[in-house]
Amino acid sequence: MTVGPQFRRVARFVSPADRGFAAVVYGGSILFALLIIGLFVELVLGSWPSIVAFGPSFIWKSSWDPITSNFGALPMIFGTVMTSLIAIVLAAFIGIMAAVFLADFAPRWLGQPLSFLIELLAAVPSVVYGLWGLFVLAPFMRTAIGPALQHVLGWMPLFSGPIYGGGLLTGGIILALMIVPTVTAISRDVLVAIPRDLREASMALGSTKWETAIRVVLPAARVGVFGACVLALGRALGETIAVTMVIGNRPEISASLFAPSYTLASVIANEFTEATTSIYISALIELGLILFLVSMAVNAVARFMIWSVRGSERV
Amino acid sequence: MTAVGAGELLATRDLGAYYGTRQAVADVTIAFRRKAVTALIGPSGCGKTTLLRCFNRIHEIGFDARVEGSVLLDGQDIYANDVDPMAIRRRIGMVFQRPNPFPTLSIFDNTVACAPKGLNHQGKMEAAERALRSAALWDEVKDKLRTSPLRLSGGQQQRLCIARAIAAQPEVLLMDEPTASLDPIATAVIEELMSSLCNEFTIVAVTHNMQQAARVSSVTAFMLADETGIGRLIEADATSKLFTKPSDRRTEDYISGRFG
Repeated sequence: MTVGPQFRRVARFVSPADRGFAAVVYGGSILFALLIIGLFVELVLGSWPSIVAFGPSFIWKSSWDPITSNFGALPMIFGTVMTSLIAIVLAAFIGIMAAVFLADFAPRWLGQPLSFLIELLAAVPSVVYGLWGLFVLAPFMRTAIGPALQHVLGWMPLFSGPIYGGGLLTGGIILALMIVPTVTAISRDVLVAIPRDLREASMALGSTKWETAIRVVLPAARVGVFGACVLALGRALGETIAVTMVIGNRPEISASLFAPSYTLASVIANEFTEATTSIYISALIELGLILFLVSMAVNAVARFMIWSVRGSERV
Repeated sequence: MTAVGAGELLATRDLGAYYGTRQAVADVTIAFRRKAVTALIGPSGCGKTTLLRCFNRIHEIGFDARVEGSVLLDGQDIYANDVDPMAIRRRIGMVFQRPNPFPTLSIFDNTVACAPKGLNHQGKMEAAERALRSAALWDEVKDKLRTSPLRLSGGQQQRLCIARAIAAQPEVLLMDEPTASLDPIATAVIEELMSSLCNEFTIVAVTHNMQQAARVSSVTAFMLADETGIGRLIEADATSKLFTKPSDRRTEDYISGRFG
């Protein structure tokens, strides 16, 4: 195709302002890619001595002994996954139900201040949650919640054993509290964005408000709500200080949710200043590498699931 | 036609509708001919959609919306205190301006979403086929009942919504500008469908397309907002008469295209 001279492009970006702007936006987005790659490379380099010394068994060994320089990450991986799992199960249920209430049921005078409060909750520093967990939740866990759960469900290994107050379940509950505002706020926004005529279609067919909210609006919003949960899960996986304060900090794997445990992030925060040998430091960095990879994997899986749901809706 | 006969299936008496303190519709008294299409016409903002939404109590689900006066279904006031709006909405189906199938349900599940409860699979299948045939959609979707409705064209989606409404076995079908978002060919299909459905249902359809009203309806009601923006019923008459010899000057001005 030939183009008349009046339409022929002289250069991709004509004015200096164009070029400047292009440089800024290109640069900004490339920076993120470089950051991720740089972070990964740095983590691999730092943990190289540990990778060489322990090999892949680092991931499934459960000893963590700085004295004999014998390190395995399994208890921390277990602790991280379990606390995050407890947190997301609790937070997803409560958060989604709260979002449904705020989007479809709350009268305006109640809904707006409540939404604002929930968003405020997300801004509370995590050390404050940790303090509350340490001084209020953990004792309450030991004296009330724990014994009650054990009384009813004690026949399951999950709820057996001594109750210390701090432990997996306490850590999970603290995490749930911290991420429930994220789940609620984003889910509410997604639910509110569902077109009104879909609600009316359901109502006009004789459904109640509850049936409409649960069977029509929530399914229509499921991709966004799922995204909210993933975002929250990402925060739970990496959350450090609040969990460190209530989880008990013992690198052990126990069937009981009342038992003390440890998370990847907590070990790094607790022990980095005390790490004396280079292999110790290297092992801690390798924990960081694992946390990095787990977070990436969770996000990738979530992204993939969102794509597949969106894809199947188009087919 | 404005007199309320006891034999009518659907009628209103002194109906008024409000959004908060703003009155949108006032003093509408009309009875709808059984098993016929009645068209509600009028310029934008005359309250015809609001009026329609009072007939199945869907107006009131909006924030701060309320209704006064009465709507009679089979002689019973659907706004009486002890009436369950859900039960009313199952007897009075509605089709909306834009097709709104449930996006996460299959074509089949959409159709039987509100079919009578207690049907087994076979019963549901028969109900779905019956409704889809009535909506002139069966032949186009019978091989893909389990797929998403979002792949259908706009006209097909609208017919699916009609099938969904009639699968609930209502007596009255309300249609709020059902072809407003469709192309001329899909519009023609829906109009044909309305003509055949009125053998079975009492249909009230809002349209701002006068040709459409002339084509599909046997009775036409003309609405107009007064100086204060309150929608009022100007006249209702047999469509052929209203479009040729309207009794009100304002109706004549409107249908001859002098405003609106």
